[in-house]
Amino acid sequence: MEPLLHGVQGFIYPNEIELQWSILIVLYPFITGLVAGAFILASLERVFNVRAVKPTYRLALLTALAFLLIAPLPLQLHLGHPERSLEMFLTPHTTSAMAMFGFMYLWYLLIVLVLEIWLDFRRDIVMMAREKTGAARLFYRVLALGSDNISAESLKLDDKLGRFLTFIGIPSAFLLHGYVGFIFGSIKANPWWSTPLMPIVFLFSAMVSGIALVMLMYMLTSWFRNRPPDMDCLDTIGRYLLYAFIIDFGLEMVDLLHRIYESDESFRTLDFMVRTHLYTSHILIQIILGTILPIGLLAVVQLVQLQESARRTLYAIAGSLTLIGIFAMRWNVVIGGQLFSKSFLGYTTYKMGFATREGVLPALVLMALPFVILWILVKILPPWREE
Amino acid sequence: MRQSLKDREHLLRMLALLVAAIAVFLFVRSIAVPKDYGRFGPFRASALDDIAAMPVVFAGHSACEECHSDVVEARQGSKHTQIHCEICHGPAAAHAADPTASKPARPDGRELCLNCHVINVARPADFPQINPREHGDEGPCTACHPHHHPEP
Ligand code: HEC
Ligand code: HEC
Ligand code: HEC
Ligand code: HEC
Repeated sequence: MEPLLHGVQGFIYPNEIELQWSILIVLYPFITGLVAGAFILASLERVFNVRAVKPTYRLALLTALAFLLIAPLPLQLHLGHPERSLEMFLTPHTTSAMAMFGFMYLWYLLIVLVLEIWLDFRRDIVMMAREKTGAARLFYRVLALGSDNISAESLKLDDKLGRFLTFIGIPSAFLLHGYVGFIFGSIKANPWWSTPLMPIVFLFSAMVSGIALVMLMYMLTSWFRNRPPDMDCLDTIGRYLLYAFIIDFGLEMVDLLHRIYESDESFRTLDFMVRTHLYTSHILIQIILGTILPIGLLAVVQLVQLQESARRTLYAIAGSLTLIGIFAMRWNVVIGGQLFSKSFLGYTTYKMGFATREGVLPALVLMALPFVILWILVKILPPWREE
Repeated sequence: MRQSLKDREHLLRMLALLVAAIAVFLFVRSIAVPKDYGRFGPFRASALDDIAAMPVVFAGHSACEECHSDVVEARQGSKHTQIHCEICHGPAAAHAADPTASKPARPDGRELCLNCHVINVARPADFPQINPREHGDEGPCTACHPHHHPEP
């Protein structure tokens, strides 16, 4: 406790000196955002018939699954006692959004994602079960639930059901991430969080980050496979990224302007915080580097005729900056909301550990895990049809 | 008709798997959730009996004062009279019931005081606080402040 006190300025309540929500709680909305965004991009093809993004459809679904599997881990690591999380299912408490989230998560994981992926890959699974031998054959047979039927009629049924699942999947994805924003937005004691815009801002930033991630993954996997990425597809994704980003940025600016104009009793405190403690992560990284710059780059592609390679480079840079910017946004929400005293009279600092349970190292491992899972998923269910 | 059933077969298998998973969940739930859960609220009703059956560990200051009138006298007029004996000496119900069987802790005359008096921005400004590096020569506080009447 004593060393922490050196980071304190002004007056602060005892329970505010040490930040309770660490970098792991920053990771959590970041990861669920990637899931929701990737899924929404995938559903563009399915529901709105945007044919251009078809090459990324299956990759986006697998990416969403890989990240969704990891999404609860930061929470488990933060809370400790993972076995207790089962209580949430056994004795549900309907008045708490956090307690109901377990069901939301299971629904999204099992009914929406896994089922949709299964339906979409079923033909490949059955084909693989026919071609492979030994253990691999058994594995794919089990995945296919022992069925060997890929008649045109059955595939048509799969497609119909898959379309229906995507249909209910979109509101589910909205709920999944809107919920995360809701959790913050409904904490009325914290003026940095408490705004009804929070769920919507979270949702659009989720779409932005998910689209950027799938775009980068698509470019990366094409590069690994030595295939040129489909430029039509990349251009379309780039355009959607730009649109979603403009809405997201617009909403955040509306929130900001509203706060400045309203200037309620918390304003001076928050204003000071943004100018000092959060200056680097909020103004420099989130707004300038992670929002205005990528929007500018994406807009340049729209306005100027560029060579393919130049467009690809711009997309890669804009996508990476976007992910950094959205991560910074989560950071500023979660960490920023705990840096000032609810008395509005003082500030504390966040001391991040390295190899501690909630330090940088576990955060890095958690961020790397989805990519490992994705790699395995891609090995099991190749999203591209080998020609 | 035959054909269309065959084309639906894999879906029916998936459905059966889902239903089985839900059945397993409900079965586990019926075993894992205590029978008296939820009678008074979202907790196990018999937890109240378990808690009531726990031994009492605090005796309360009036119990101590019956025997330790010397300490009561020593504390007279001190601002510490508002702090009850067991806050510093720890729970002592066993001692109050039989003074020879167990003895309460004799707290360290430096660590104990610093718990409450070390300077800390989170404390109200008018609460007496000292910086241990500057005040009291690093020695035990009780060297200068009598432990039951610390005011000079
Ligand atoms: C029934 C009478 C009685 C009650 C009630 C009682 N004590 Fe005592 N206490 C004694 C006696 C007698 C001694 C001396 C025992 C000895 O020195 O062997 C003693 C000794 C102590 C000591 C000194 C222990 C030591 O290491 O020398 C402390 C401290 C103490 N009591 C605290 C308390 C507190 C706190 C309470 C209230 C929870 C309390 N007592 C209640 C009779 C009592
Ligand atoms: C602010 C903390 C504090 C409070 C409150 C307190 N004590 Fe003490 N007490 C001490 C300390 C410190 C010692 C000395 C320990 C040592 O020097 O070994 C002590 C010593 C004692 C002793 C041993 C004999 C003596 O006087 O040195 C007894 C008996 C005792 N306390 C009883 C009580 C009783 C009864 C009360 C409540 C009426 C009480 N104390 C309240 C801190 C406290
Ligand atoms: C449980 C917390 C607690 C502990 C432990 C404690 N004190 Fe105190 N102390 C207080 C409180 C409360 C006051 C009264 C403050 C007031 O009324 O402004 C006080 C007042 C005092 C004062 C009087 C200050 C003044 O303004 O006149 C002194 C001196 C003091 N304590 C010294 C000590 C010493 C020495 C110890 C260790 C034996 C000690 N305290 C242990 C809570 C504690
Ligand atoms: C060398 C003797 C000495 C020692 C050791 C000592 N003090 Fe003091 N303390 C004093 C004197 C003298 C005063 C009253 C004059 C003053 O306010 O400086 C005092 C005052 C205090 C006050 C009241 C301050 C205020 O603002 O009203 C507190 C609280 C206090 N001491 C706590 C402690 C604690 C805790 C320790 C142990 C870490 C301790 N003292 C050790 C001599 C001592």
